[in-house]
Amino acid sequence: MGEWLIGIYVFVLAMLLGFELITRVPPTLHTPLMSGANAISGITLIGALLVAGGEGGGLAAVLGGVAVAMAAINVVGGFLVTDRMLRMFRKD
Amino acid sequence: MPEFVLDLVYLASAVLFVFGLKQLGSPVTARRGNALAASAMLLAIVGTLLDRGIVTWEIIATGLVAGTIIGLLLARTVKMTAMPQLVGVFNGFGGGASALVAAAELIRSGPGVDAGAAAGVTAAAGILVGSVSFSGSFIAFGKLQGFVPGRPLTYPLQRTLNLILFLSLLVASGYLVASAEYPIASAMLAGLALLLGILLVLPIGGADMPVVISLLNSYSGLAASAAGFVLGNPLLVLAGALVGAAGLILTRLMCKAMNRSLANVAFGAFGGGETAGALTEEGEKPVRRTSVDEAALLLAYASSVVIVPGYGLAVAQAQHEAKKLVDILRKRGVTVKFAIHPVAGRMPGHMNVLLAEADVPYDLLVDLDDINPEFARTDVVVVVGANDVVNPLAREPSSIIAGMPILDVDRSQNVIVIKRSLSPGFAGIDNPLFYLDRTMMLFSDAADALGGLAREVKEV
Repeated sequence: MGEWLIGIYVFVLAMLLGFELITRVPPTLHTPLMSGANAISGITLIGALLVAGGEGGGLAAVLGGVAVAMAAINVVGGFLVTDRMLRMFRKD
Repeated sequence: MPEFVLDLVYLASAVLFVFGLKQLGSPVTARRGNALAASAMLLAIVGTLLDRGIVTWEIIATGLVAGTIIGLLLARTVKMTAMPQLVGVFNGFGGGASALVAAAELIRSGPGVDAGAAAGVTAAAGILVGSVSFSGSFIAFGKLQGFVPGRPLTYPLQRTLNLILFLSLLVASGYLVASAEYPIASAMLAGLALLLGILLVLPIGGADMPVVISLLNSYSGLAASAAGFVLGNPLLVLAGALVGAAGLILTRLMCKAMNRSLANVAFGAFGGGETAGALTEEGEKPVRRTSVDEAALLLAYASSVVIVPGYGLAVAQAQHEAKKLVDILRKRGVTVKFAIHPVAGRMPGHMNVLLAEADVPYDLLVDLDDINPEFARTDVVVVVGANDVVNPLAREPSSIIAGMPILDVDRSQNVIVIKRSLSPGFAGIDNPLFYLDRTMMLFSDAADALGGLAREVKEV
C-alpha cells in the first residue's frame, strides 16, 4: 500500500471521527468549539517549520517563513482566546 | 533524533488532539480539552524543531516570534462581541499558511518520486482551498467589522464571471500538475483562488457571515490536510480532517437554525441587511405600551420568568444589567432562565459566551428544544433585542420565514418586549407577537430598561 493511499485512509477516518466527536456537542459550546478547532487547524505550522528551516533555502524558505508567522498567529491566538472564553463559563 | 521517534511524537500528538477535541464537547471539561489540544500542538512543534531536517533557524525564529506576539495581542484585546471577526482572521491566517506550505514544499522538492501527479494534485488543492479561505475570511472580517458594506454586493454577469474564474482555476491547476514551473504556476493558481474567495463572499449578506466563517474554518482544515499530503505528514492530514469535519457540522447546524440551505446562503443574496425600512408605522395597529414600573411589578410577583436575549442585547452591552436583574429576581425566589436561540448572537453559541462574560452561570441558559415546552407554564417572558427568532409567523406556511425554528414566546402568560421601536428584524417582516393582548411593549434602550427594571424590582 502506497504512502498516498495510507494518507487517504487517515483522512477519511479522521473526518468520520470528527463528525462523531462534534455532533453531540451542546450549543452552549459552539463558539469556543469553533475557535478551538480553528486553532487546531494551525497544525500546518509543523509543515511551515519544515519548509522554512529545511535544506534548499531560497524562495521556498521565505514562503515557509511567512507561513510560520501566519500559522503561529492562528495557533497562539486561537488557543489563548478559546481559553479566555472557557474561563468565563461557570456553573451555578 | 531518529525518524521513528518523531513519528511516535506525532502519533502521541494526534491522540492528544482527539482527546482534546472530545473534551471540548462538554462544559465541565472544555477548558482542559483546549489545554490538551494546545499541549498536543506544543509537543508536535518541539518534536519538529528537534528534527534533523531543520538546518537553518533565522527564518523560523523570526516567524515564530512575530506570529506569537501578534496572536497574543489579538487574543488578549479582542472584545467578546467581536469574536466572529477574530475567528475569521485567525482562520484566514491558517488557510493562507497552508497554501504557502503546499506551494513552498512543491517548489523545494518537486513532486515525490512515488507520488508523481498525485502530489501535484494535492498541492493544487492545498493552494486553492487555502487561498480561498484566506481572502474569503478577510472579506468576511471586513463585513462584520464594517470595513466592507454588509449588504450583499452583487455585480453584473456574476455567474458568467464565476464560471470563467472556475474554468481558469481548472486550467491553472492542470498547469501546476503538468509543468515543472512550480513558482509561476503556484502564483497563478493562488492569485486566481484569492480572487475567487473575494468574489464568493462579497455577494453574501453581513448577517450570514458566521455561516461563511464556519465554512471557511472547515476549508482551512482541509487545506492543512492537503498540505499534509504534499509533505507526507499524517499528523497534518489527521488534524486538518478533524477540523474540516467540525467546520462542516457547525455550518450545517447554523443553516438549520436559520432554516436555509447552504446553497441559499451562498447564492441567495438574502436580506437587505440593516437597511430594511420599517414596514409598519408605529400606531397603525394598537400595541400595549408599558412602563418600567408596571413591568417591574409583573416580574416581582411572577414565579417563573424566561429572558430571551437577542443580539440587540449584546450591541447595547446590556448583559451586565440583565445579570443584575436576574440576581435580584432569584433572590426573591423567582425561577429565572435564559432561552437561547441557536442564532441569537453573531455565531452559534455566541450569546452563551456573551452571557458567560457577564458571569451568568451556563446552567441557566436553556436551548430552544428544551425551553419551548416550558413557555406555556411561564408567567412572564422578557424579550430583549430579539425579533425574528420569536416571530410566530414562522408557523405560517406562506411566510418568508416559514419553518424557521422559533422560540414559542407567544404561548406564555405574559410577554414584555424591550425594543427601541416597532421596526422589523433582519427578515424585514412584521411580528404579530407585538400586537397580542398579553404582550406589553417597553420602548427603550435595552441597558436602560433592564437597569431600570432591576432597580424597581429591588424596591418592590
